[in-house]
Amino acid sequence: MADKLRAQQHLEALQARYIGTGHSDTTKFEWTSNIARDSLSSYIGHPPMLQYMSIGLGQPREKVRVQLIDRMIQPVGKPPEVQD
Amino acid sequence: MLTDPADFNKVARSQRERNEARSTKKSRTFDPVNQRTNTSTKASLTEAFDSTLYDRNGVDKYAGYNTSITANDDEDMDDAEEPNGRRLVGQYTATAAQLNEFAHGDTEESDILMNREEQAQIASRETDYQKRRFARALSPTRADPFKNGDNEGASYQDIMKQREIEREEERVNRIIEDRQTKGENGVVEHQATLKDGTANGASTPPAEKRRKRRWDDAALAQPKSTDTMEVDKADTVEADQGEPKRSRWDTAAAPGEVAAAPRASRWDTAGPVVAGGATPAPVTGLATPAHPSVGIPISRGFGTDISSRNAPLSDEDLDRILPSEGYKILDPPPGYEPVRAAPRTAALPSGYQGFIMPEAENNSMMGKQLPTEIPGVGDLQFFKTEDMKYFGKLVDGADENEMTVEELKERKIMRLLLKVKNGTPPMRKTALRQLTDNARQFGAGPLFNQILPLLMERTLEDQERHLLVKVIDRVLYKLDDLVRPYVHKILVVIEPLLIDQDYYARVEGREIISNLSKAAGLAHMISTMRPDLDHADEYVRNTTARAFAVVASALGIPALLPFLRAVCRSKKSWQARHTGVKIVQQIPILMGCAVLPHLKGLVECIGDNLNDEQPKVRMVTALAIAALAEAANPYGIESFDDILNPLWTGARRQRGKSLASFLKAVGYIIPLMDEEYANYYTSQIMEIVLREFESPDEEMKKVVLKVVSQCASTTGVTAAYLKEHVLRDFFKNFWVRRMALDKRNYRQVVDTTVDIAQNVGVGEIVQRIVVNLKDENESYRKMTVETIDKVISNLGAAGIDKRLEEQLVDGMLSAFQEQTIEDPIILDGFATMVNALGDRSQNYLPQIVSTILWRLNNKSATVRQQAADLVSRITVVMSQCEGDPLMGKIGTVLYEYLGEEYPEVLGSILGALRAIVTVVGIEQMKPSIKDLLPRLTPILRNRHEKVQENTIDLVGRIADRGPESVNAREWMRICFELLDMLKAHKKGIRRAANNTFGYIAKAIGPQDVLATLLNNLRVQERQSRVCTAVAIGIVAETCAPFTVLPALMNEYRVPELNVQNGVLKSLSFMFEYIGEMAKDYVYAITPLLEDALIDRDQVHRQTAASVVKHVALGVVGLDCEDAMIHLLNLLWPNLFETSPHVIDRIIEAIDGIRNAVGTPLVMNYVWAGLFHPARKVRQPYWRIYNDAYVQSADAMIPAYPIFDDELKRHELEIFI
Repeated sequence: MADKLRAQQHLEALQARYIGTGHSDTTKFEWTSNIARDSLSSYIGHPPMLQYMSIGLGQPREKVRVQLIDRMIQPVGKPPEVQD
Repeated sequence: MLTDPADFNKVARSQRERNEARSTKKSRTFDPVNQRTNTSTKASLTEAFDSTLYDRNGVDKYAGYNTSITANDDEDMDDAEEPNGRRLVGQYTATAAQLNEFAHGDTEESDILMNREEQAQIASRETDYQKRRFARALSPTRADPFKNGDNEGASYQDIMKQREIEREEERVNRIIEDRQTKGENGVVEHQATLKDGTANGASTPPAEKRRKRRWDDAALAQPKSTDTMEVDKADTVEADQGEPKRSRWDTAAAPGEVAAAPRASRWDTAGPVVAGGATPAPVTGLATPAHPSVGIPISRGFGTDISSRNAPLSDEDLDRILPSEGYKILDPPPGYEPVRAAPRTAALPSGYQGFIMPEAENNSMMGKQLPTEIPGVGDLQFFKTEDMKYFGKLVDGADENEMTVEELKERKIMRLLLKVKNGTPPMRKTALRQLTDNARQFGAGPLFNQILPLLMERTLEDQERHLLVKVIDRVLYKLDDLVRPYVHKILVVIEPLLIDQDYYARVEGREIISNLSKAAGLAHMISTMRPDLDHADEYVRNTTARAFAVVASALGIPALLPFLRAVCRSKKSWQARHTGVKIVQQIPILMGCAVLPHLKGLVECIGDNLNDEQPKVRMVTALAIAALAEAANPYGIESFDDILNPLWTGARRQRGKSLASFLKAVGYIIPLMDEEYANYYTSQIMEIVLREFESPDEEMKKVVLKVVSQCASTTGVTAAYLKEHVLRDFFKNFWVRRMALDKRNYRQVVDTTVDIAQNVGVGEIVQRIVVNLKDENESYRKMTVETIDKVISNLGAAGIDKRLEEQLVDGMLSAFQEQTIEDPIILDGFATMVNALGDRSQNYLPQIVSTILWRLNNKSATVRQQAADLVSRITVVMSQCEGDPLMGKIGTVLYEYLGEEYPEVLGSILGALRAIVTVVGIEQMKPSIKDLLPRLTPILRNRHEKVQENTIDLVGRIADRGPESVNAREWMRICFELLDMLKAHKKGIRRAANNTFGYIAKAIGPQDVLATLLNNLRVQERQSRVCTAVAIGIVAETCAPFTVLPALMNEYRVPELNVQNGVLKSLSFMFEYIGEMAKDYVYAITPLLEDALIDRDQVHRQTAASVVKHVALGVVGLDCEDAMIHLLNLLWPNLFETSPHVIDRIIEAIDGIRNAVGTPLVMNYVWAGLFHPARKVRQPYWRIYNDAYVQSADAMIPAYPIFDDELKRHELEIFI
């Protein structure tokens, strides 16, 4: 009982610090959103990677960067309807 | 008349016996003549056992003897007649006051017989001030202004009205008290306003009438005047009429009787609104919520005592006092109903049946029978008498089927609370959870009405308080805004925690108040606490101020600032201003530098109060400014700009206590200033500070010392200024013997002197105090040594010239020799001085060494110990001064004293030897190592920690630096002794022993040492096995793993769990120590790990996992991925372990392998289970996922699985 509680608190603390972490009830939507956002920020965070993509897309690097940032909003579409 | 001589004799005899009994005081001999027959069949333990053996009707054979010996002989002595009223022999004895000095008061020695229960009670260690919390009572439930609909409870207006009344009452009480202290009788006789039926309106001034009318409004029609009016009138009446007049009530009765007779005070008869004291009258509907099981509580209202003065006159009393003719008993006015039954009967506890003779056969020694098991609760840890008061309902055996829902709820809460308070830990836990979970169903009222009275109980103990506070905390969280009506009640209970001595209690209190304010909201908190800000009782104001500071830290200072500003400028009462400023003072104390952003606002808020007309307000304002400046240090001077002028000019006008507080504020502000300002402002204030140097007031002394040290450590204040203006007065007033006697003064003076020295330099200060080293007062010498120690260790000895150096060493030596109580302070001072002087101390070495040698041979153990300690402190300097021959001499002497019997001293001697070995080296050591080491072997068996630590250190050093000077057999012997040390409690000793194993193994080769250690793996003790494993790891590290590994792996074949585990553990330590070297052994060790990882035993797999972890971390990037993947495959199924230790090790091992083989490879294992249908599977997989995510999220990007269309990461497919 106590262990469960502690694990719960531990998880909450972890989640507060790292949004991308999950738990056994994480939905596909949450998980894929996190993957998409992490990927996008990773591309931006590695300038050579960004450069490579901008060349491949034939667009200026800065433009690609802004596009990538914009795509972080609802990266995998609207959240699923909540049904009770 | 007694005619019969026999009867006469009998009476005379019994009379004589009675006299005897009286003269021997407490003699309790049972006598059937004058005592009732004891019906008990059992012998009493307190009476003379043989009393019934003799016939009492015969002549008492003890007549004329003392049948008992009085404990206090002196009483008889005192009675002895002294010729001419004086003694012939002079008697010298202490006065009674001296004899009883330690019997009461602060100096009272703790009574060992005071039972432990009482000691555990919080109330028993509280100061009188803290005990004033009992004078407060829970206030009526407040209305929640934010709630719609029915809103019961007292409104803000009601409370404010009530406070007004309380203040008035306080004022009146004070007047009465004043008069009493002035020698007038408190009960002043009533001055009649009517004389012989003729009206004499002139004697009652109209002003008094006004007050009378006001007060009488609330009260009932009461023909008698009250104390207040008597007092007020007496003032005026006595002024213009010489002789006092008697009241018409008094005319018939004896004056003395009237004065003594109880009078009704209007406080007792107050109507519903006017409730006395902090406690409202316990009337149903509005009053303190009586604890449901208590019934109507005893009123603790106005002045807790129900003294005769406050009790109303009964009808009988009045009948006796008043003449029956000429008077008529009036009917009470219509609609009047007495709110209180005669308090005298109400004061008795319920169930009180008058005095009952204690039964002869009571088992009072066993204590009253208390239930240990309460129906529906189970076995409790304890059940106290006081608990019966609150939880008695649970044992009344009422039928629960007939109860209403409310009653059932109440009992449920009661049961849960009892479990929390008195239950065993598991009971407590479940009960607490139930309370928390159902808090909203129970409702705030029923919960708090039970919890809060429990917290007010006088016999509460720490643990109980902690648990109940915890309940409040949890419940608060759930109740949220439902808590509003109870905020004040909770505050009454929790505020005292804020001034508790116990740090944790204070923290708990803050936490609750902070949660409370978040739940109730700022507006409600303010409206609840506002009436307490100008409460008549200082205690209430003080605790409220602290609580307000907590609210400010919880809800933010800016939110509270407008309110604080208004309170600090209150025109109506200085108490409100005082409390307001006090809140501002508490905020920085609570929040520290977090006040910086709001500093300006806070300072502005209280700035004007520096010139308040009330000295108390001025004082607290200065203290608040000091607290703000202290918290803001070193920033924020600009916020104080406006108050600098009032503060400095104010300081000139103040005297006494308020001057002290002003100076304190000044002292804290100066360090914030720039150089030039600091210099200017210091010179402005220094005149006053210097004047106050001579103040006899302790508080003032403390403040001026603090101010001086703060000024001295400010850059703007120059050394020249200090030398010229301050030093002379400072040394004259503070460097006197008297200062050394009081511990607090001592500390302050030393600190201040050190601070001044930082500014003016070593020479200046040491020069002035060095003569004190030869003072006759020991504590004064000690104070000097401590100051010199601190000054020199801060600033070095460069500022000390040749002449001073001689004086200093000479003084130190004499102080060192003159000590009567060996004190580490002197030792430290001496060592610091010698080390600071360095090679300048060469000339003094012979003298120092001879002192040491002399003292090493001293009779007193502590002197010897100190001498040895001094040696170990100064060896470095001695070697700098080419003192090797001297050290040889000391070494030889120390060697001779190795037979020392006191372990503390022996430890110091060994420490000194080690220090000498360290500086002179193994070869030059005298006595030679060959002689020294054999003497150390038996000492290794000594169980004393200090001895163990020092020997092992010395032996280790020898094993490290010069192992060849001793033969291998001796080293093996030492190895065996060392095994015992692995059991030592102190970690340092175990670590030293392990290191020594390493050195010895290096010196004589690992084989023999290893054999010893491997054998030790078979012992039972866990700690010993663990340490052996560590030692094996160290040996492997120092002698290269390949010398150890074969033997170790061979040992794994022993079919014994402990041994195999020990081997795995040593492998784990070994791989931890050898790091990258592991890559050569990975493939050798893999089959062993394979076997261990598929073992049935959990612990086995756990230990193997920790080996895997260390191996994997060692081989990161060294091309051992294949072996690691193999181990990962074996490790992975263990993921479903649930035992916390096992699963932690497994996860760590997987983390280690992830580092070794790269994140993507391990993630391939993880994807399989993240969305498994079974939660039991998903949980551990997500744990691993989270760990990977936290540690290497970026490395996971390329490894994520490929999704279908809209989730696809197209960017990754770009190819140029």
